[in-house]
Amino acid sequence: MSTFAPAPGRAPMRTILDRQIRMELLLTARRGEAVVLAMGVPLLVLLGAGLFEVTNLPTDDRLGWVVPGVLALTVMSTAFTGQAITTGYERSYGVLKRLGASPLTRPGLLLAKTAAVLVQIAVQVLVLALVGLAVGWRPEAGALLPAIGVTVLATAGYSGLALLLASILKPETTTGAATLIYVVMLSVGGIMFSAPGLGPAGWFLLPLAAHAEALRETLMHGGAVPLGIWLALGTWAVVWPALAARNFKWE
Amino acid sequence: MGGDAAAVEVRDVVVRYGETTAVDGVSLSLPRGRVLALLGHNGAGKTSLLQICEGFRRPDDGRARVLGLDPVGDHDELMPRLGIMLQSGGVYPWATAGEILRLFASFAAHPLDTDMLLDRLGLRRFERTRFRRLSGGEQQRLSLAVALVGRPELVFLDEPTAGMDTEARHTTWQLIEELRADGVSVLLTTHLLDEAERLADDVVIMRSGTVAATGTPAELTSAAAIDVLEVRADPGLDLTGLRAGRTVAEPTPGQYTISGSLDTAGLAEVLAWFATAGADVTAINTRRRTLEDVYLSLTATPTPVGATK
Repeated sequence: MSTFAPAPGRAPMRTILDRQIRMELLLTARRGEAVVLAMGVPLLVLLGAGLFEVTNLPTDDRLGWVVPGVLALTVMSTAFTGQAITTGYERSYGVLKRLGASPLTRPGLLLAKTAAVLVQIAVQVLVLALVGLAVGWRPEAGALLPAIGVTVLATAGYSGLALLLASILKPETTTGAATLIYVVMLSVGGIMFSAPGLGPAGWFLLPLAAHAEALRETLMHGGAVPLGIWLALGTWAVVWPALAARNFKWE
Repeated sequence: MGGDAAAVEVRDVVVRYGETTAVDGVSLSLPRGRVLALLGHNGAGKTSLLQICEGFRRPDDGRARVLGLDPVGDHDELMPRLGIMLQSGGVYPWATAGEILRLFASFAAHPLDTDMLLDRLGLRRFERTRFRRLSGGEQQRLSLAVALVGRPELVFLDEPTAGMDTEARHTTWQLIEELRADGVSVLLTTHLLDEAERLADDVVIMRSGTVAATGTPAELTSAAAIDVLEVRADPGLDLTGLRAGRTVAEPTPGQYTISGSLDTAGLAEVLAWFATAGADVTAINTRRRTLEDVYLSLTATPTPVGATK
């Protein structure tokens, strides 16, 4: 019996991507620290700062101010912190190299990782928005499109920076740096209390503050996203992915 | 495409890492359906050469064709036809053995039955064990299963039995023999001589990034025919007549060692001499050069020895 008689071939690309995206999501769900970063911290901030007078906010509508910030925080934790840590370790374990040398191919792997991050963000934002609504958050629905627009830009910028860090640093260093940046952004990024008044420069330095501010303008006031924020997040969305593409390492 | 091309064709390949030259002008050819072993110490350039064939990097000079294709330029076309086993890692530490194998199976058009593979490689009871909890040998077996699951035409195995116990090693050897019987081409690296001798149709001995010798295991070892003949007979014989063209010694009384020109006629002459001398021969023993002797003589000398093809 010829058990191993060659019969090579690639499964349909849809099947391959579907299975790879499922694996990415399964592994994320399996890692405790990833789940805490993705859901635990945002939920805690949402309920803590949103419902109780634990911090001074520039408004009486605590939920209206806090929920958009928490949504922005979630995007950052998944697209940046989670992605940087995971990619750094996958590279050091040779997973990127091995999967790139499979019928999945390298573009397929990047596509699957991006899709997995987007699915994750969609689920997280949905859950947090539903929790917010349940405890009394009443957003404006009129400016939803620009809110989605800045979120896409922020995701692209965060992903780019994550992949860049994972390519140029050792995985342990990547984890440390990504966590540190997360904590710094969480502290000064205008999520639990107002961001320092750095003016438009602050939007370039603190994309989390810029993203949160844009979501507040749209979801709280139904207004437009300030031009400076479009520019800041747009710059992030171009610069970091471009640098990541230049420096990305498979092994 | 490339249906008649050799499985692997490497010409004058050079690989440099900064100032270091890891592979220095290596050529080799693996015909379809055969097993070629790259044999050498750690750092001899085996893995670097494999990386070229797998398309992980471009050669700094020379050319490699795999199944008639360019491993880098035709990467996406080539990958479904190859089975690749890295020296270590390459697998999600938090995924279970079963999940990993089924993931790679789902990438293939006609995958092997994953349960059969898990059984064949003794991994069934680890199906729900996460990769990082597996021992080194178990991880190696899973990597081998992953390399084979897509029913490839050609497999690259980098130190396939490293870290395996004796039983797993023999299972793996049987599997590789089965691959060959089923028409799969195999390029493997090893520093185990018995592995190369048992599995390989052709052996390429690498030393410091160059080819020290190539040939079948038989060619590499039989060049020297019988090296030493040991004869047990009456002690204290006068050996003068036996010395023509041979080295003869009696290290312990009654124990003679003879070396040099020991082809069939030479052996007959030696035994005839003992008969003429009226000696009672009670035991004879022949020692042949093993692949190990060849390997050690090639890899220990400071300058490369010409190919003994």
